[in-house]
Amino acid sequence: MPLSDTTPLLEIRGLSVTIPTPEGDVHAVRAVDLEIGRGDIHGLIGESGSGKTMTGMAMLGLVPKGSRIGAGRFHFDGQDLRQQAGRLRGRRIGMISQDPAAALNPVLSIRRQIDDVLRTHRDLPRAARRAEALALLAATGLPDPEKVLRSYPHQLSGGMQQRVVIAQALATGADFLIADEPTTALDVSVAMQVLALLRRLVAERNLTVLMITHDMDVIAEACDRVTVLYAGRSVETGPVEEVLNRPAHRYTRALLGALPDAVPRGARLAVVEGSFDDPDPEGAA
Amino acid sequence: MDIIRYILRRMVLSAFVVVGVTFLVFIVAQVVPSDPAALYAGPRPTAEQIEKARQELNLDAPLPARFATFATAMAAGDFGISYKSRRLIAEDLKAYLPATLELAVFSTGMALLFGVPLGVMAAARQGRWPDRLGSLGAIASVAMPTFFLAMLLQLVFAQWLGIMPLSGRISREIAISAPVPQATGFLLLDSLLAWRPDAFADAARHLVLPALTLASYPAGVAMRLTRSAMIEILERRHIAAARALGLPSGRILFGHALPNAMGPALTVIGLSFAYALTGAVLVEIIFAWPGLGRYVSEAILAKDFPVIAAVTMVVTVCYVAMNLIIDIAQALVDPRVALT
Amino acid sequence: MSRLVHRLGWPGTLALFCVLGFVAVGILAPWIAPWPAQGAGAPNVAAKLTPPSADYWLGTDHLGRDMLSRLIYATRISLSNGMLIVAFSLLIGLPVGLAAGYFGGWVDEALMRVTDVFLAFPALLLAVLMAAALGPGFLNSVIAVSVTWWPWYARLARAEGLVLRGQPYVEAARLAGVSHPRIILRHILPATARPLTVQAALDVGPALLTAAALSFLGLGVLPPTADWGQMVDAGRKFFPDRWWYSAMPGVTIFIVALSFSVLGDALRDRRKGAARASV
Repeated sequence: MPLSDTTPLLEIRGLSVTIPTPEGDVHAVRAVDLEIGRGDIHGLIGESGSGKTMTGMAMLGLVPKGSRIGAGRFHFDGQDLRQQAGRLRGRRIGMISQDPAAALNPVLSIRRQIDDVLRTHRDLPRAARRAEALALLAATGLPDPEKVLRSYPHQLSGGMQQRVVIAQALATGADFLIADEPTTALDVSVAMQVLALLRRLVAERNLTVLMITHDMDVIAEACDRVTVLYAGRSVETGPVEEVLNRPAHRYTRALLGALPDAVPRGARLAVVEGSFDDPDPEGAA
Repeated sequence: MDIIRYILRRMVLSAFVVVGVTFLVFIVAQVVPSDPAALYAGPRPTAEQIEKARQELNLDAPLPARFATFATAMAAGDFGISYKSRRLIAEDLKAYLPATLELAVFSTGMALLFGVPLGVMAAARQGRWPDRLGSLGAIASVAMPTFFLAMLLQLVFAQWLGIMPLSGRISREIAISAPVPQATGFLLLDSLLAWRPDAFADAARHLVLPALTLASYPAGVAMRLTRSAMIEILERRHIAAARALGLPSGRILFGHALPNAMGPALTVIGLSFAYALTGAVLVEIIFAWPGLGRYVSEAILAKDFPVIAAVTMVVTVCYVAMNLIIDIAQALVDPRVALT
Repeated sequence: MSRLVHRLGWPGTLALFCVLGFVAVGILAPWIAPWPAQGAGAPNVAAKLTPPSADYWLGTDHLGRDMLSRLIYATRISLSNGMLIVAFSLLIGLPVGLAAGYFGGWVDEALMRVTDVFLAFPALLLAVLMAAALGPGFLNSVIAVSVTWWPWYARLARAEGLVLRGQPYVEAARLAGVSHPRIILRHILPATARPLTVQAALDVGPALLTAAALSFLGLGVLPPTADWGQMVDAGRKFFPDRWWYSAMPGVTIFIVALSFSVLGDALRDRRKGAARASV
């Protein structure tokens, strides 16, 4: 279908999320444009508080109670997410949560936690669900899936836990995954393996991924395109090489400058000025 | 192994506690009352009768020796004879204990059955009317005097509506014309063993009101504990993760949050059981339930100290054992408990 | 007034006024009871078991005494019963707990094992055993309940003592050679007193419930003096035909216990709120 291949899977224009609090409204997301094509791994980068996680939550329809979502366009595969997010959650849009140690329930076995997802989204008999769970664990590169299935989260290493979380996301059957800081809790070599795994799964299973991160390394390693978020606004977007090599926005340059690798030893790290509450910090506009 | 060390430590402590309990019961039952011999000797005793009683009760021996005698007798299950009925107390206990345990087990079950789901609901709808209503009910149940609640339930369900029996453990017709053969002493169990569905239904109906009375307070506590535990757990990351995976909210509540709240539920079991054992004293009088509570309340009026002491001992040992089991269960459910 | 509502919420405020109201009723009993003599126990057989009426708002008991007057006089007994239980328990529990927490080591171990023994009993049962041994009567029932009550304060006080022991000013006093009893009296006791008094004041409700249960079993005050639990028991013989006899004291106990419990919740919420605000 050449037509659907050219229209983006996700299309967001001017998204804003406003959360009411007793101390007044918090503008978590102010103006985000995002366009993700099918099969892409699209990075969404920004420091904490830039609104990247809330952008992902809005796509899942999981914003805090009473929040207002505004957007010129907020479409997923032709459907308006303002109405359909709850229905698409788990069916088309899946989530890989950050910090797998916290994202898995400590008192339930891995079998229960994957099986519950399968039971919710796939109409399969018990035995088939078990086979599917084993297949999913194997697909995420876990050795001895049988044993993992019987385990509890605390019996697994961080990398294994993250693979289980990915298997859970795959179990939903969704074709669009939101990966929220999937590597932050892991050490570097394990993080690289997990990113390679995600790339492989995207290719094998025709997935599309939104990779939320604050880490330029992750973007450089895993993503095709990237959108830079600053203080609730998307300030720059484009193919990864382009943005990394020729950052157009001052904030992106500052972000790149804060990358430890890019700074000579002994030199001071760049500090990004301005705060997310400040819509137009000096130099960022 | 931390868990095994923990369990052993708890067991040793419990053993010490039981020795302490025995000592305390001994002091209160044998030393505090002004003249046990006069009570033992029967109504209007002569001086010789009292002297004879003093010797039989070994009252002239030094305290440590008396305690040793008392403790060894207790340990052997020899609770002496009742001042009033002159019957062996151990025999009476055998007859009454199952009735009280049956009541305690059922009221504990009821407390969990009502309290835990209500607490989950209240946590899920925090601050909205189910929460408010549930919390109000919980507070009211804690403030309600047990004996008064028992009378109210009798009034409404037995007198006005007539849908529940007023009192007793089984209908007179069944007790007289076709009694259930005793095997375990637990009437529900016995009627099943003898395959007597009529007796089972009748016994169950008699059980409802007293068990409900005893369940009300622990159900309120269970509701409040479950509610606060659930509110804390629902804020955790793995619940958000389960939501993001599209799991239905019912399964998240009961399948993914409630299991983490099992700690408080276990605490409630212990509390509820203890409450049922003591509340039985009040409830059994009102519902004419032939259990330890009624037994001991009659002994109170007759100043029948060996009976009071025996019941206190047995019930307390049940309670200590229950707490020990719960502590161990809690350590098994959540290994972190054993580390503290 | 509005500040009070702001602090306690309206249920808490209402509960506070209820508690204060009952205390006032207890103090002023001879002046506000419609039939003071009957309240104190004088029989009035001509009017026995009259339902609630204009003369006897809450009906009369089996000796014809006005229920309202009896309840008002019983308020004195039941409230002071609850308060004395708490006071006695503090008197035992506070020193034991503070000593355990402050000295630590074997003192702590020994005192806490003793406390454990008392806590091992289902509370009402130990009180029943104790009351039966002492015989019925007001003071005896207070003592009987206190015996089961003090270990809770010992535990609370111990926790406070443990914390305070490590405070710099306590260590400074110790280094300056101030004697242990003096440190406990001067530094530890005042700091512990406040949280514990609040807790204790709220415990009057549950203490009174326990005392009522004892009187219901015939182990409380002896007639003609009345307290609420004893009145419920006396009315049981006439229940449910003469429902008011048991119901009036029963409802009274419920209202008082409920007030204490609601007030306790309001104060706890407030403390939690304050703790959050200070973070």
